[in-house]
Parts: sequence; C-alpha cells; structure tokens
Amino acid sequence: MTVQTPGPAAEKVAGRTRTPSPPPGRHRKSQVSAGALPYLLLLPALAITAILLGWPLVKNVILSFQQLGMKELIQHLTVWNGVDNYTDVLGGEDFWRVTLRTMIFTAVNVALIMLFGTLIGLLLARLGRKMRLTLLMALVLAWAMPIIAATTVYQWLFAERYGVVNWVLDKLGWHSMADYSWTSSQFSTFFVITVMLVWTSIPFVAINLYAATTTIAKELYEAASLDGAGGWRTFSSVTLPFIKPFLFVTTFLEIIWIFKAFPHVYAINGGGPDRLTETLPVYAFVEGVGNQHYGMGAAISVLTILVLLGMTSYYIRMVLKQEREDS
Amino acid sequence: MKRSLFGRFWPNATALVLFALFLFPVYWMFATSFKPRGDILSDDPVWFPVDPTFEHYRTAFDADNFWNFWQNSLTVTLLAVGCSLLIALFASFAIARMRFRGRTGVILLFMFAQMAPWEVMVISVYMLVRDADMLNSLVPLTLFYTVMVLPLTILTLRTYVAAVPKDLEEAAMVDGATRTQAFRKVIFPLLAPGLMATSLFGFITAWNEFALVLVVNKEAEAQTLPLWLSQFQTNFGDDWGATMAAASLFSLPILLLFLYLQRKVTAGLTAGAVKG
Repeated sequence: MTVQTPGPAAEKVAGRTRTPSPPPGRHRKSQVSAGALPYLLLLPALAITAILLGWPLVKNVILSFQQLGMKELIQHLTVWNGVDNYTDVLGGEDFWRVTLRTMIFTAVNVALIMLFGTLIGLLLARLGRKMRLTLLMALVLAWAMPIIAATTVYQWLFAERYGVVNWVLDKLGWHSMADYSWTSSQFSTFFVITVMLVWTSIPFVAINLYAATTTIAKELYEAASLDGAGGWRTFSSVTLPFIKPFLFVTTFLEIIWIFKAFPHVYAINGGGPDRLTETLPVYAFVEGVGNQHYGMGAAISVLTILVLLGMTSYYIRMVLKQEREDS
Repeated sequence: MKRSLFGRFWPNATALVLFALFLFPVYWMFATSFKPRGDILSDDPVWFPVDPTFEHYRTAFDADNFWNFWQNSLTVTLLAVGCSLLIALFASFAIARMRFRGRTGVILLFMFAQMAPWEVMVISVYMLVRDADMLNSLVPLTLFYTVMVLPLTILTLRTYVAAVPKDLEEAAMVDGATRTQAFRKVIFPLLAPGLMATSLFGFITAWNEFALVLVVNKEAEAQTLPLWLSQFQTNFGDDWGATMAAASLFSLPILLLFLYLQRKVTAGLTAGAVKG
C-alpha cells in the first residue's frame, strides 16, 4: 500500500496511505510484546548521534562564551568572556545584514526550486515513456553532480573570457555582456549561485513529485473527466490534494538545504566580492575559521542554528502533529 | 485519455529543452576536458571535441597524487554509507514496526539532527578530534560522515520498511523460519531497492563533504577529492581543460552510480505504485 519513493518526501504520503492500523488485538500482540527490543535497535543510532553530533553542539555553545583565538586554541587555554561574543555579534550591523540576506536568498531559491520542480514533475507524468526516461536521465545527472565539480563547471560556463553564457548573451544582442565578469558584483554572483543551486536541486523535487503522481489511481481521473472537469479543475481537485503532503515535506527539506548550503556559496566566490555574498553559514565559517575568531564564530553558529530553528518551527510543529496522529 | 497532437507536442518540446538545459553543464564539463587548448580558448565555442586529446587528463592524474585522494574518498564514503545503512536499518525497524514510549521524540530527534548545519560547527569538531589525538586520520572522518548521513537515512528507510507487508514476515516465521532467517530471506530482498535509493543520499553527502575535512585534515595524505579539486583549481586557475578533466574524474564515479541505481530505484518506484 505504501508508496515507495527515493526520498523522505514519501514520508508524508506514506503516513497517509499506509494501511490502516491492524485491529488492536493483533496489533498489541506483535508490537507491545517487543519490550526492550525497540530501544536496543535504536541504541547504536542514538549513541553515535549523541556522541558525534550532540557533543560538538554542546561544545559549540560552551565555546561561544569564551575568548578563543589562535593563541588560546594552540595553548589549550580556556578564557571565559561571558556574553561578549554575543554582544559583539548582535551589536554589529553585519550579523543582521547577513541574516536578512540569508532569508531572502533562501526564500528566492526555495520558491524557484519548488515552482519549477513541481512543474517538471507534473510534466514527467504527462510524457511518454521514452521521453520521460530521457529527461529523467538528464535530471539524475544534474542531481548527482558533486558540488565542487558543479562550482568549477559553473565558473567555466560563466567565465569572463570564453565562457559559454557570455557568448550566448552576446550573440543574442546583449553586447555589453561579451566580457562580463559575473563575480564582480553582489547581484551577479548571487545570480550564478542561484542558477547552480536551482539546477542541482530541481531534480530531487521533480523526481519525487513524479513518483507521487504515479500513485494516484487512474479511476480518480476518469471520474473527474466523467464529471466534466477540465484540466485545471482536474489538477486542483485530484492531483493537488494528492501531492500536497509531498510539497509540504519537500519545501521543508529544501529550506533546510538551501539555508545550510555552504560549499556552493563558498566555492563560487568565497563569499565575495567584499563579503557581500556571505550567507549565515559562510559568515560563521569566515569569521571563525578564516579570521581565527573562533569564539565569535561559535557564537554566530549558535545564532545560525537558532535562526534555522525559527524558520522551520512551523513545519516541525506540523510534522509532529502528523506523527502523533499516525501513532 | 485522448490527447490532441497539439497536446502532445508541447510537453515533448518542453521536455527536450529541459533535457538540454539540465544536461548541458555535465556535457560541457566532459566535452571541455577532451578539447585541445586552442578549441577551448576560441572566440566561438567549439561544441564537440572534434579533435580529442587526453593531455588534460594526464595533467590531472599527474597532479598531487590523485590516486591517494581518490582512495581516501572512496574508503570514507563507502564505509560511512555502509555503517549508516546498517545502523539505520535497526533504527528504522524500531520506528516503523514497533510502538514504544518516546517514538515521536526519537523521530523528532532525527529530524533535528538532519537539520544540523555541520559547516558552522567545524571549530568544535576540530577541537574534539584534536583532543582525541586523531587529526589527519580517516577514522574520525568516517565516523562524522556516518552521523551526518544517518538521520536522513533513517527517516527515508523507515518508509521502505513500513512498506514491506508484515504478513510476509509472519508467514515465513509460521513456516518455521527464525526471525533472522525471515529477515534475510524475505524482508531483505524486498528492502533492497529502498536501501539503494537511501544510499544515494549518503553517497552524495559523503562524496561532497568539504568544510569538515578542510579543517580537520590539514595533511594531504588524509584529504579527500573535493579538497583535491578545489586545490587543483587554485593551482591551474585558467587552464579550463585541466580543471574540467579534474572535475570529470571527481564526478564520474557518482554519476555512473546514479545512472546505474536510477533504474533500480525507478523499478522499486513502479512496484510501489502498482501495489498502491
């Protein structure tokens, strides 16, 4: 009964379409008698996550209250400085500017990815088998492309001299673009990063969405056309309700992924020009590791995590509600 | 459903344009890597490597013992994906098949873990690895990558586990199979496409990881391919042929893996769809 898709986007629908729970009697027999078993099965996952993720997180919070530079790091010194790092970060203009920039960056990218990803997913469902496999192949390759390889390829595509993009723009009559340096301004650098991110992120959304549409029973469409529903009506009353949970979970994942995107932004132009394309993760990295203000970097990273939690809290609440209903 | 010629033309035309758009960067990488210098630096792009050369690949192979980085990347990625699949398999069985106190909490925990922005925590990771005296080693790298891909692996795998009919397992056990046998003979083959699909996420994440290895492993002997490529690009800068050859070498394994697995995954998909 459950949909199999290569992605966590399946969760939502899987939750919905899962076979209704077996009658309580049978249920109890096989599930409550499990006793300590579930905890034992979960132990390795919980232990390794607690040690290797939980510990660095706690350590990060501790470091954010310390004066930690190169000297302290090498000599293993612990110098507490209270909330100085936080007052420095929150008192300056940089953090707020970067936060706002990161939010706009995330919103624009996620909107583009979800819009085009959904449209391409629906297109995949409409195509014939051969054409679909052809398009799927290109999507899968774009999806699989390693980030650092993608950034070098995009630097080459958008290269000032001999880059294909500038050549095309020039041929199309936009002659001032012939030797345009895409990394020279904030907007154009973000443009390149966005094109690359959208290119590499769409396949996940499109393929998952297509997988979702294959689970819609044909009878529903037949019934809709018998009722005289047109294309849009069929979409909004048959397709949309079905793919809504997918869109929900995928949007959630994309927000996290785009917000966290580090190598994409960092490798294209190092956060430049003039640090104008630093998003929060890059800002934390450049301040902390790059400028060797490790304590400050830790404070920024704590704040970054809080911003991310804030942005996704609505989704987490919704998913939590869904889980409660399921169990 | 009947469709007019018009209705069939536009989807196909759009699909072709999209095909070209999505494939072009990948194609351009490979094409450039085979083109002689003169064809790369030409005022009008040379669309096909009409006069292929292996010169750029030679440059790439000769640079900074490529094979060592390659071996490191492969080792760390395979081990991390393998470990996380194994650990996730146990965990997703518990989550998908059993009711227990704290189940929602566990799911929530892995959702949070999946959100962890590792790049901003590199300083504390560095200090932990240093204090354990394990800098410049593949062991901590493997462990951290395992934890990095674990949450999403669990969250994805549990939907596949939930999809395997419970009756099958019970039927096998009624037929005298032990729980382990039932798992190995009945459940595992059914889960295989799910495991493959899930492993793809792990492969991308581990193969791509950049910030952690950059900070934790300063010695070239313990570094991985993303650093090699980034270093290569710094050294060769405008030699786009060599850079594209290096990028091709870095991407090829994962591109092939995806193409190969995609068919299996799609087969799993349709099977699921038929059942639905």
